[in-house]
Amino acid sequence: MFKSKTKILQLFVTLTACTFLFVPMVLSLLAGVTSNYFKGVSSGLTLKWVFKVWELYADSIFLSMGLAFACLIVTLIIGIPAAYGLARHPGWLSRLLEEFISLPLAIPGLAIALALLQLYGSLKGFRASWTFILVGHVLYTLPFMVRSILAVLSSMDLKTLEEGAASLGASSWQRFRDIVVPNAMPGILAGALTVVTLSIGEFNITWMLHTPYLKTLPVGLADSYASMRLEIASAYTLVFFILIVPLLVAMQWASARAQRITQ
Amino acid sequence: MTNRSFVLLCLIPLLIFSIVFLALPLVRLFLASGESEIGWSIYLEILRKPRYLNTLVLTVLVSLATTVAALAVSTIAGMFLSRNQFKGRGILLSIMTLPLAFPGVVIGFLIILLGGRQGLINQITPGHVVFAYSVIGLFLGYLYFSIPRVLLTVMAAAEKLDTSLEEAARTMGASSYRVVVDVILPGLMPSLIAAGAIAFATAMGAFGTAFTLATNIDVIPMVIYTEFTLSANIAMAAALSIVLGIVTWALLLIARSISGTTVAAGG
Repeated sequence: MFKSKTKILQLFVTLTACTFLFVPMVLSLLAGVTSNYFKGVSSGLTLKWVFKVWELYADSIFLSMGLAFACLIVTLIIGIPAAYGLARHPGWLSRLLEEFISLPLAIPGLAIALALLQLYGSLKGFRASWTFILVGHVLYTLPFMVRSILAVLSSMDLKTLEEGAASLGASSWQRFRDIVVPNAMPGILAGALTVVTLSIGEFNITWMLHTPYLKTLPVGLADSYASMRLEIASAYTLVFFILIVPLLVAMQWASARAQRITQ
Repeated sequence: MTNRSFVLLCLIPLLIFSIVFLALPLVRLFLASGESEIGWSIYLEILRKPRYLNTLVLTVLVSLATTVAALAVSTIAGMFLSRNQFKGRGILLSIMTLPLAFPGVVIGFLIILLGGRQGLINQITPGHVVFAYSVIGLFLGYLYFSIPRVLLTVMAAAEKLDTSLEEAARTMGASSYRVVVDVILPGLMPSLIAAGAIAFATAMGAFGTAFTLATNIDVIPMVIYTEFTLSANIAMAAALSIVLGIVTWALLLIARSISGTTVAAGG
């Protein structure tokens, strides 16, 4: 009897938490397609708010996609060789470097953005360009890329593989290209999806670094929450969900896959 | 080129990027915190001035409340979901992990839809029930942010628990309550400490949620923001950022050394 009672209590807590998380999502989806949210759903369903969002914020959406893509390229270029370097040189120095580049995960984005502004805010050309925001996004996402690849590389016997290839006459670059990169692929894929998902959703750093001419999707969201009617804010959130949820699902799938390899 | 120099060459882009865009800016931020008339005693000022001290206390209290609530809810739900197989379990789990991808601003908006002027609660209850812009709204926003993260940590730990220990305790006559207190909770403890530290650090540094909800509440990230943008008190904004950064970094370091998980603070 006691056992079933605790079960019921557990189920109750689980369902309450689920409701708390789920109901606002449904409200936001509904409000985005309702003619007049104040009057309720009975006022009719419409896509006009979604079109309005497109009219108002298409630039922001494209900027975010472009930024995420650029961020992916940069984190790949820096991250793949770095993860290889760290995997081949395990030791306290590598640990320290890994710890150091992970600081932007532990320090609030606000502080990171302030630091960037303090040092580079006076370089007007750089400050006003989209690359300034890109630097913030790379700072925040790079540790995920490096760690994701590093986890895969550390789990295999890289040294033996490379020695085998070297004895057959493969140069350092050939070994990197033909052995390291293909073997690290699951980690690279998981890292890449994480980078894109996080970049598209990044707000804390971006809010401080953005200019009136460069508003990313989340910055536009904050804007619409503060100044637009509820229906437009909701429709914009709906657009964001449509963009981010498939990415999240893909990211979780790729991360689980990469993790299975490391075990 | 020897292999050793090739490997070192691989680290060069990372080193350059992190020195130019991380190390130097952080040093500059630290120096900026000492550049007001009162110099380095600005750090004492945080504790001396009621405005900053109250902010500090409020932020810690809300973060503590979030941590306790998230741990309680996620531990119960996490144990339930990992120990029971039933229809709809997958759906419940997806709903509870979906918010992982939501930035803090979006979560703030979701709380407004729940507790704002046009919010659900105000519509279905008689009278005027608006809590989105109060400390309760902020707490709910942080909780919304933390539940999925703590839940995943708890479920990962629950899968590694040795169920034979529980069976042994039961066969020796332990009540369900004693099994939970003496066997399950101690087994989960490292993960719970880690998840708690993560939830606390995240709530301390949450900017996005506070930005949408805390227009009238002084929590540290909001004060940093207003000091910087409205008061142009850059030294104080920098000092508060440094203090906040050290606190969240230290907490997450503890979390990682205990459980080995990596998550991003923020929101």
